[in-house]
Amino acid sequence: MADKVSNKSVIFNPFSKNNPVIVQILGICSVLAVTAKLEPAIVMGLSVIAVLAFANVIISFIRNTIPTNIRIIVQLVVVAGLVVIVNQLLLAYAYDVSKQLSVFIGLIITNCILMGRLEAFAMANRPWPSFLDGIGNGVGYAIILVIVGFFRELLGSGTLLGYQVVPQWCYEHGYVNNGLMILPPMALIVVACIIWVHRSLNKDLQE
Amino acid sequence: MINKQSNIYTVIYIIVLVVVVGSALAMTALSLKEKQQANEDNDRRKQILASVNITPDPTQISADFEKYITSQLVVNANGDSIGDNAFDVSVQKQLKNELSKRQLPLFICTLDGSKKYIIPLYGAGLWGPIWGYIALDSDGSTVYGAYFDHQGETPGLGAEITTEKFRGQFAGKELFKGDEFFPVTVVKQGQKPQDNSDYVYGISGGTITSKGVAAMLDECLKPYQAYLNKLSSNGR
Repeated sequence: MADKVSNKSVIFNPFSKNNPVIVQILGICSVLAVTAKLEPAIVMGLSVIAVLAFANVIISFIRNTIPTNIRIIVQLVVVAGLVVIVNQLLLAYAYDVSKQLSVFIGLIITNCILMGRLEAFAMANRPWPSFLDGIGNGVGYAIILVIVGFFRELLGSGTLLGYQVVPQWCYEHGYVNNGLMILPPMALIVVACIIWVHRSLNKDLQE
Repeated sequence: MINKQSNIYTVIYIIVLVVVVGSALAMTALSLKEKQQANEDNDRRKQILASVNITPDPTQISADFEKYITSQLVVNANGDSIGDNAFDVSVQKQLKNELSKRQLPLFICTLDGSKKYIIPLYGAGLWGPIWGYIALDSDGSTVYGAYFDHQGETPGLGAEITTEKFRGQFAGKELFKGDEFFPVTVVKQGQKPQDNSDYVYGISGGTITSKGVAAMLDECLKPYQAYLNKLSSNGR
C-alpha cells in the first residue's frame, strides 16, 4: 500500500496539485481567522506543520491497534495532546510569540486538514511516508496562509510584518488603506482569487 | 489474536491512551511551570514599565523594574494604605470583591526625579479579557501614559488597542475636572462624550473592544478616587 505512491509525490503533491486549502478546500476557517497580518500567519503555518507531522507519525505507529469505532476520538486525543504541548513549550521558551498567537494555537485542534490527513493517510501508511505527508500538507497549508496574509496586510494596513511598506506620499496623494481587507470576508475572496489563478494554470483541475 | 472490535478492548484502549496522554501533559506542564511563571512575571514587569514609556532590554527587565519602580502600595477605597506588595495582588480577583473590601494595588515609579503612579486595569473585550496599566503624574490627575493588552481580540481591529496610535492619545488627559472625577472615556471618531470628561477616539471596527476599554477605565479607576483626591489636594 505504502509503495503505491512514491515518497516524492507524497511530499510535493500537496504543494499545488493536491493542495489542502485550494484544491481540497479544507482548513478554510483558520485561513479566515489568522491571516489579517502576515506574522501570525507564518507562525501558525509553522505550528501546523509541526503538529501535523508528529500527529501523522504517532497515529501511523499505533494505526494497527486502534479500534475502528473510536478511531476519530483517538486521533482527536493525540492531536489535542500535541497542540497543548506545543502551546506549553511556546509559553516557556518563546513567550512573546505565544502571546501573539494566543487562541490560534488552540485552534489547530479544530483544523480539518489534520483530521483529514490522519484519517486518509496516517491510518493506512507506515510512519516515514506519513511524516512526509504531514510535512507536505503542512507546507501546502502554510503557503496559502502566507499568500493570503501578505495581500491582506499589504492592502489592509499598508504594512508587511509590521513594517510600513506603502510610502507616505501615496497617503498624501489620497491613497487609503482598504479596511475591508482586514475583515474575514476578504480572506474568502482572496482565497477564491488564488483558486481561480491556480485552476487557470492547471487545466486538469477544472471541473 | 485479540478481538479489536470488542467493547472491552475499546474501553481498555481509550483508558490507556488517555492516561498516557494525560500524564505526558501533566509532566510537560509541571516541568515547564517555573519557567512559564518567570516569563509571566517578567512580562508583567515589562507591561508596567511600558505604561511609563520605558522599554527595558529583554535581559534587564527585573533590574530595570527594581530601578524605576521605587515602591509599591496597596490601598483601600478610602485611600488608606493597607499593604505594600502590589505585584502579588490580582486585579482580576479583587474586582469580584465588594468595593469596601477591595485591595487596590499601585506602583510608584520615580522617573527623572518626579513620581508617577501606575494603576493596573482589568476588563473584558470582545473575545476575552483585556488589561492594562495607566500611569498618572504626581498630581494624581494628569495621565502620563497608558499600556493596553488583550488575550484574543481580532488582529487589525480590536487588537489595535495595543498600538502606539491608540495608547498615545491618553497622555495629558485629566481625571479630575475641578472636584469631580471622570475616568477618561472612549468615543467614536468625531463624537464627544455626554458629560465633560476627557476622551480618546476608539478604534473603528473595534467598537466592542473600545467600549471594553472605556468600561475598564471606569470600573478600575473609580475605586482609587479617594486616594487620588489626596494626591490632587497635596499638589494643589
